[in-house]
Amino acid sequence: MKIAGLLVMPAGFFLTVAALVLFPDPGRRAAFVLCGLAVEIMGLIVAVRGHMPARGASRRQ
Amino acid sequence: MNAIPPLVSPAVTPLSDAAFALTLALLLLCPLTIAGVALINTGLGRSRSAAQLLLGNVALIAVTAIVFLFAGASFAGTLGGGGIVLHAAGKSWSVLGLGPFLLRGLSTAAPQSQLALLFQFFAVAMAAIIPWGSGADRWRLAAGCSVAAVLAGIVFPLAAHWIWNGGWLAQLGLNFSLGAGFLDIGGAASIHTLGGLCALAVVWTIGPRRGKFPKEGLSTAMPGHNAVYVLFGCLLALAGWLAWNSAGALLWLHAPLTALPGTAIGTLLSASGALAATFSVTRFRFGKPDASLCANGWLAGLVASSACASIVSPTASLFIGSVAGLFTPLLVELFELALSVDDPSGAITVHGAAGLWGLVAAGIFSPAPGQLIAQLVGIATLLGVMLPFLYLLCALLNRTVPFRVDADGERIGMDLHELGGSAYPEFVIHRDESYR
Repeated sequence: MKIAGLLVMPAGFFLTVAALVLFPDPGRRAAFVLCGLAVEIMGLIVAVRGHMPARGASRRQ
Repeated sequence: MNAIPPLVSPAVTPLSDAAFALTLALLLLCPLTIAGVALINTGLGRSRSAAQLLLGNVALIAVTAIVFLFAGASFAGTLGGGGIVLHAAGKSWSVLGLGPFLLRGLSTAAPQSQLALLFQFFAVAMAAIIPWGSGADRWRLAAGCSVAAVLAGIVFPLAAHWIWNGGWLAQLGLNFSLGAGFLDIGGAASIHTLGGLCALAVVWTIGPRRGKFPKEGLSTAMPGHNAVYVLFGCLLALAGWLAWNSAGALLWLHAPLTALPGTAIGTLLSASGALAATFSVTRFRFGKPDASLCANGWLAGLVASSACASIVSPTASLFIGSVAGLFTPLLVELFELALSVDDPSGAITVHGAAGLWGLVAAGIFSPAPGQLIAQLVGIATLLGVMLPFLYLLCALLNRTVPFRVDADGERIGMDLHELGGSAYPEFVIHRDESYR
């Protein structure tokens, strides 16, 4: 989880850079930059969840 | 709306003698910010680690200065020289500076480059002490110094080159018609967000303090030991921040001297709005305002102002600071209670999140077309490149210089364990309830 999340984040960055190169049109460029950021945020969420210590496990068992 | 129109062209007019002297004077006040944040870090830690925390702040400043001299300044490319430039899609992407090592040619460099170099010496010190507060009470001094060395040697220089020294983020305006390129006037990105992300990587690597998150029930409250340090640190930080934002406006925006009062007013209003918002939120949630959260809110407002105080109107500064102050206590609570992130100084929220918000706000309130996209690309770079890179570096460093003190050291406190003496030797340190 931790590593997966942190690997997804650079993928979002490359999407953002690709948007700059591939889309001269401001609208499409903005949309793809936002998509790249969304991917990064998803990666961040996964990484944060991966780092959360297991709490309350004994109570659930 | 803009007090200072952002430059689209990199053409720089030489500094007059008066502007040089003023910028230098402002830069010499910047360490007040570092002193303020060091006091805040110390006050928010526990009394048994106070001397180690404050000594750590001083040591990190020294380490960063030395490493930046030997390697960082060259990679940042502040004094010019060559660099690594990639060519893709018909554009130039300057990714790394390769300036003269050991600051050769400093005395003959352009006055503006000399001032930029001084700015970056202070900036890297500031970036390095931000994570120090997050690892309080369990992070070994040697490990803290190793992270500071890596930060000053490669991570910060990369960011500084990309953002300030003609790197690919600075060139977004010229290459892709995105406003004036990525704007980071007072260091919201390369100092505060970078420091906040480094704090997150450190906290992930090091783990929480013992007893902070018991297997069952709520997290244990471990309040800071000296609210006076924290609040006095806020006042010191304000003085330094006024100078830092003004110096940044002169250096990176080439603003006229008449724009400086507006920058200072914007900085003050951003902090004021943030404090008012945090004060109100904590008063509403807890019945009484919380001193340490209010200090965090004040600092978050200052951090947000670093990105935009010199390019937005005073009213916009007030709004931007208020938003930062509004989310700061909520995010601190979210990190601690919901996400089990033990960050004693709140640096991840105060420097990381507020810095990101300031950068977005600079794009929103700037009238230059494409500026918001440039800011978002910069943010994507910080999150998508710098955070994984910092985490990787922390994981590798942790194998060679273990970050975390042993359990006994954590129990007796970092002062006794690492320094052999307490910050408050005449006081009796009570047994910690969390170790029962």
